[in-house]
Amino acid sequence: MKKKFKIKHFINYIVVGAATIIFTILNSVGVLGLSEQFLLEKIAISIILAVSLGLVVGFLGELSLGHAGFMCIGAYIGGKVASLLSESMGNGFLTLIIALAVGGLSAAVAGAIIGLPALRLKGDYLAIVTLAFGEIVKTLFLNSSEETFGGPIGLETPRYDRNSLFIIGFVVVLIMLAVIQNLIRSKHGRAITSIRDSEIAARATGINVTKYKLLVFALSAFFAGIAGVLFSYSNYRVQCTKFDYNYSIEILVMVVLGGMGSVNGSIIAASLITFLQIQLASILTGDLAVLQNIFYALVLILIVIYNNAPALKGFREKHNLKSFISKLFKKKKEDPSEVRDDEAKWDRVPTKINMDELLSMDIKVTESTMKPDKGGKE
Amino acid sequence: MDYILETTDLGIAFGGLKAAEHVNISIKKNEIYGLIGPNGAGKTTIFNIITGVYQPTWGSFKLDGEVIKNLPQEKINQKGIARTFQNIRLFNNMTVVRNVMVGLHNRKEYKCGFFTSVLRLPKHFKVEKEMREKAKELLDIFGLLEERNNLACNLPYGKQRKLEIARALATNPKLLLLDEPAAGMNPNETMELAETIKLIRDKFDMTILLIDHDLKFVSGLCDRVTVLNFGTVLADGNISEVLNNKDVIEAYIGKKEEDE
Amino acid sequence: MDFIITFLNGLSLGGVYALIALGYTMVYGIAKMLNFAHGDIIMVGGYVLFVFVGLTGEPILAIILAAFLCMLIGISMEKAAYKPLRGASPLAVLITAIGVSYFLQSLAQIIFGAAPKFVVIADLGTITLGSLVIPVYSIVTLVVSILIMIGLSLFIKFTKTGRAMIAVSEDKAAAQIMGINVNNIITVTFLIGSFLAAIASVFYLLKAPNISPTFGSKPGIKAFTAAVIGGIGSIPGAMLGGFLLGIVEVFSNSVPQIAPYTDAIEFLILIIILLVRPTGILGKKRREKV
Repeated sequence: MKKKFKIKHFINYIVVGAATIIFTILNSVGVLGLSEQFLLEKIAISIILAVSLGLVVGFLGELSLGHAGFMCIGAYIGGKVASLLSESMGNGFLTLIIALAVGGLSAAVAGAIIGLPALRLKGDYLAIVTLAFGEIVKTLFLNSSEETFGGPIGLETPRYDRNSLFIIGFVVVLIMLAVIQNLIRSKHGRAITSIRDSEIAARATGINVTKYKLLVFALSAFFAGIAGVLFSYSNYRVQCTKFDYNYSIEILVMVVLGGMGSVNGSIIAASLITFLQIQLASILTGDLAVLQNIFYALVLILIVIYNNAPALKGFREKHNLKSFISKLFKKKKEDPSEVRDDEAKWDRVPTKINMDELLSMDIKVTESTMKPDKGGKE
Repeated sequence: MDYILETTDLGIAFGGLKAAEHVNISIKKNEIYGLIGPNGAGKTTIFNIITGVYQPTWGSFKLDGEVIKNLPQEKINQKGIARTFQNIRLFNNMTVVRNVMVGLHNRKEYKCGFFTSVLRLPKHFKVEKEMREKAKELLDIFGLLEERNNLACNLPYGKQRKLEIARALATNPKLLLLDEPAAGMNPNETMELAETIKLIRDKFDMTILLIDHDLKFVSGLCDRVTVLNFGTVLADGNISEVLNNKDVIEAYIGKKEEDE
Repeated sequence: MDFIITFLNGLSLGGVYALIALGYTMVYGIAKMLNFAHGDIIMVGGYVLFVFVGLTGEPILAIILAAFLCMLIGISMEKAAYKPLRGASPLAVLITAIGVSYFLQSLAQIIFGAAPKFVVIADLGTITLGSLVIPVYSIVTLVVSILIMIGLSLFIKFTKTGRAMIAVSEDKAAAQIMGINVNNIITVTFLIGSFLAAIASVFYLLKAPNISPTFGSKPGIKAFTAAVIGGIGSIPGAMLGGFLLGIVEVFSNSVPQIAPYTDAIEFLILIIILLVRPTGILGKKRREKV
């Protein structure tokens, strides 16, 4: 049994690693064109963004709508560092590493700062503060002078060698997976998920909630910042209008569609959505491009309703991807008692935007009475 | 006299409402102490003050001779007060064994830094293994070992209560607060719980303060009790004296006609 | 003198924000959800006005039609997208609302294209009082929005439906036990919210006669900010927050040096207010029961 878990643990490293190697080989043979390289860069960036946001939303249980803001900081600061250094040191690997580090760290500092209100605010209120933060960051860069960050026309950044940037992107993805998954699957990760499940109980059990909230916000922002630096290397120009709250929401959508609290889900959703977006954007042009958005919006609504509508519970249990796949492979149904807490199902994961809890002070007649088998819980 | 918990004139007001006032409780080491009283008497409020959820408006309290003041909940827990909740608060999406492992988080012997974990240094694996073994040991005492890989929310009610106690004990407290541990249990389960609580006292050399409505449960279990009514102490002392106290009877079942 | 005009403009913008914020706050209070698509109802209203003012030349008729269609869209989105999710995780509802918002925006873009459309509902001109030159739309906006707010307050206070709304916002389950049809109340709430959004779209077009598919995003997010500043779920809070934000915005915009930072200033005010009062200025402070 232990062995089986081990393979399950490493499956995402294996898949991402294999993909990296395959694409590297394909690239060296010359099969990959410019557009494929660009697509792979974007996919790596999306995976980093989605998995790092998933750490906050799925594991800490706080809603953040300002992830693009951290990315924006990383893109501008990292891009600036890169363009300054490339004058003296050249646009090489060392410059890239320094830019990644500086961009990531400055975003992490911002993340820790935005983590401070998280200590006092909960749920929607924290969500709106993160949203406000993202917009503030955007406005500040928009109004920067031309010499510093380029103001409204944006910051010109050096484009990294196309043949290796996407490989670097995927290596960063692997490193991030190692950091985030090792964190989650440790005592610190347990502390973080305990805060998600019940902050009051976590405090009463001696968990330093302040420390862990700041840690998670900073770490998540750090990787968002790194994604920003990669973004600036992937484009010739960084413009802050790109990083508005719609972009934050796009990342959130990847996390939600992938399944809350599921790292693998975030990876799959981020890759698929980015792939579809870029492919559709090249097929549909002009006003037709919005057909893609309509499609996207409808799929989003339908998936969320399918996944969450209380009335569809029976339907969902009969027809889902898991049972479909196990039917395909004629595998036995998974024992539900083996669900591990780092893979907790999304319909069970509470997030702290529990408005009923926020707004009703007394004993609630919600969940406990609706699920008869659970007795007088909460 | 050595007291584990000693409150002096403890009180709290929410706005104009005095939820508790002049509460003096002294609990000896290794004692099972009951806090009883009608609904809304301020019992849970006292728990919340002692565990740092609320800061007291008046008075103070000492844990093992040390004055505890202005400390957040987690610090108070680290000082040695652990609790359970009236409406069970488990980490529902985590397995049973992990719930207990969260309780072990702050123990010195399981110290393991952030980077040690992320870099997967050998110490991380050692600590994880030891924590798991320790947690299993605790679960075994409560008869939860078989359930260790179930999600906490899938446990039946009685076992959830036990798990909450196990988690609280895992933090290695000096004083264990149980908020209505027998609520919602049938007579058999209640009796079993009383035995478990006595076992905890003996096995862990624990001091226990508990709230309950069930007078039979309390009188069979507690060495001494304090009766609260409208936020003030109505009576305290030996259980049999207290239960014969006129004020207490009045508070519980009302005044007799001829007394008026 | 400039000060008076700026103040009046601030009040009038604040009135519009308050109308939109009321929609957010009422839906939040009653359906316990953030309706991210609320801002896009304003956009729908704007395009309806564009079409019917162009078609008929009758502004009043167009306004009535806009209000009607906005209400229709409001309840259809509630029935189609939000109602199936009643009782589900609030995050799921939030994501669906985001989906609805995308949907409405892209639909508008398909029908009308991305380029802004120009629509003049009416040219109200200015009036001169001594040395003051006051734009009439400012006065109209302010007066009408205040009248609507008074009307809404009276409706909530004195009608059976209004009181049922308060009951549902206090405790949905208890209200249901008392025989209130919660679904109907939620529908009424969406109707009122969408009506207010339609009126807001009229005022927006009176001020600046351009409309595009993302027309509703900015007022939406600003009004949402106003609702949170005032204390989301609180009706007087939404009004207070709306006026406060409107005045800040207009004054900040009137100083050239700080005008580019207006958005940042408004959001900073939001963050500061929430840090001082975590549930907004007039929001009820609720203690989580332990």
